[in-house]
Amino acid sequence: MKDEAIYRRLFRTALLIRLVEERIIDLYPSDKIQSPVHLSIGQEAVAVGVCDGLKPDDLVFATYRSHGFYIAKGGSLDAMFAELYGRKGGVSGGKAGSMHLAAPEVGLMGSSAVVASTIPHAVGAGLSFKRRGASQIAVAVFGDGATEEGVYHESLNFAALMKVPVLFLCEDNGLAVHSHRPARQSYRLTGHAASFGIATRRVEEGWDVLAIRRATLDAAARVRAGEPFVLEIATSRYKEHVGVGEDFHFNYRTSDGVDAWKRRDPLIVDTKLAAALRPEIDREIEAAVAFAEASPAPGRAELLTDVI
Amino acid sequence: MRKLDYAGAIREATAQEMERDPRVFVYGIGVPTWSSIFGTTKGLPEKFGKERCFDTPISEDAMTGFGLGAAIRGLRPIHIHIRVDFMILATNQLINMVSNYTYSTGGKLKVPLVVRAVIGRGWGQGAQHSKSLFSNFTHIPGLKVIAPTTPSDMKGMLTAAIRDDNPVICFEHRWLYWAEEDVPEEPYEIPLGVGRILRPGKDVTIVGLSWMNVEARLAADILAKRGVSVEIVDPRTLAPLDEDLIVESVKRTGRCIIADCDWVDSGFSAELSARINEKCFGRLKAPVKRIGFAHTPAPTVRELENEFYPNARTVVHAVEDMLGLEAANLDGEDFFSHERRFRGPF
Repeated sequence: MKDEAIYRRLFRTALLIRLVEERIIDLYPSDKIQSPVHLSIGQEAVAVGVCDGLKPDDLVFATYRSHGFYIAKGGSLDAMFAELYGRKGGVSGGKAGSMHLAAPEVGLMGSSAVVASTIPHAVGAGLSFKRRGASQIAVAVFGDGATEEGVYHESLNFAALMKVPVLFLCEDNGLAVHSHRPARQSYRLTGHAASFGIATRRVEEGWDVLAIRRATLDAAARVRAGEPFVLEIATSRYKEHVGVGEDFHFNYRTSDGVDAWKRRDPLIVDTKLAAALRPEIDREIEAAVAFAEASPAPGRAELLTDVI
Repeated sequence: MRKLDYAGAIREATAQEMERDPRVFVYGIGVPTWSSIFGTTKGLPEKFGKERCFDTPISEDAMTGFGLGAAIRGLRPIHIHIRVDFMILATNQLINMVSNYTYSTGGKLKVPLVVRAVIGRGWGQGAQHSKSLFSNFTHIPGLKVIAPTTPSDMKGMLTAAIRDDNPVICFEHRWLYWAEEDVPEEPYEIPLGVGRILRPGKDVTIVGLSWMNVEARLAADILAKRGVSVEIVDPRTLAPLDEDLIVESVKRTGRCIIADCDWVDSGFSAELSARINEKCFGRLKAPVKRIGFAHTPAPTVRELENEFYPNARTVVHAVEDMLGLEAANLDGEDFFSHERRFRGPF
């Protein structure tokens, strides 16, 4: 397939994610989405480029900012909106909400609101592939802040030691909630990973789905051959850490960095393609919202299910 | 039938399940080394290979998450901590991840993970090597918690735990490893959530936890000589709890002493006491009494250990107190100590 056709496909998925999250912003004041949301607006290209560079049966373990990975991995939009609404038709029957989105049927195995907690899960899943001699790989998705957690270091060490097929994917938006990376880290991620003997790559063009896809294909091939890999992708979080607004008025960051990113963001710049794709995507989203609206709420009968 | 000790029962259950089910594997710090977790994993690396019985970095947190990841992919990991005090480093994974994974995925993913943790005193082990922490984990929905006392219970319950599709934490008191009794050679399951009357009696019920059942049994022998009939109930599984068995026993005897090898304050004994009071209120002839650790970090020096840990003597005096009997002179009685390794029988 030519790059142009791939670009169009990936652009569509990225636009879908953005429009889904913009719909969430519209809906949020209605209080129909009764759960914190961490929007990935600005970071869509990472989820889309990475998931397209994977095989459908590769597994992704993600974070609380995972609407993008859910959609990019092929999760049902109806079930996603119903989940955000806390309805029985939700992907987890309304029990996961936004922060614990999981769709194992398409390979999104889980996501966690506790930073870094899903990283070792990918290592365990990776070992299960190795044991079976399968060519699947596991992907641990985390932010730059998660690399400060001990479990990240522990997971890297064990994956390198056991040669587990895990792709460690760092979405580097430079922020941990409201703290900037230089205030938090004394190390460079790639240099640190190299000390475990793990191959690394950093992609600066985090707006470029094709560049991310290519980097993922390369990294995944190495992982499939039987070694972990750390792929770091620079990106930009346009919105506040949690919630649907912006946060420049808190003066912990300026809009300059985000504005520079927006000037290169295809979803903003490529207005022609966006306009062409939008009507169909809008219909898809409205259908999903309607599905969520019509789905019944869980009740007493569901209170104690799926505990053990 | 042949005699087998508690460590041997663990080893046999594990080996039989590994034999039966190639998805089962065992791992943890020091697991395949010569010390083999008090002998409980001895021979497993030779028999099943280092892919199914392996050592890990000193990374309790990641290794627990690793177990979760393997479990949701269809493997059946057994993760071992040679001290429960070390398992605390995995608390995030156990309490934030393992316990609610099935819930958060709407029941789509199960976590068939067994976590074994060694508890209990040794010799001067002190504040970081001798906790029990039952209630820290029974407090959490989504975890099963077992603390078998006898070798035959251990074999059947560990087998059931390995076959269970849900996470199970297994507490093993280190003084029990040397306990021996007749244990069937073939694999068998004892269902989780079912307690056991270790000794029938009519005057007072002692609900014993783990090692304290050994002390309670010795206390019951001493008290029997004075005509006091003690019933000992071992819940065996702490979560889900076999409440009916305990409640029926206490309704029969009208008296209850809970003997725990853990702190009393907010301990599992508090949960038991609350449930007994809720269900047996009109039938109690005396308030429920609890026995456990003194409310201080575990001491290392023997003189303080003797004051800190409850034992058969404590149990005897608690029963005497409840029944309004004179305190007996126990000078001639033979009590357990680390130096005199307990070997049963049960």
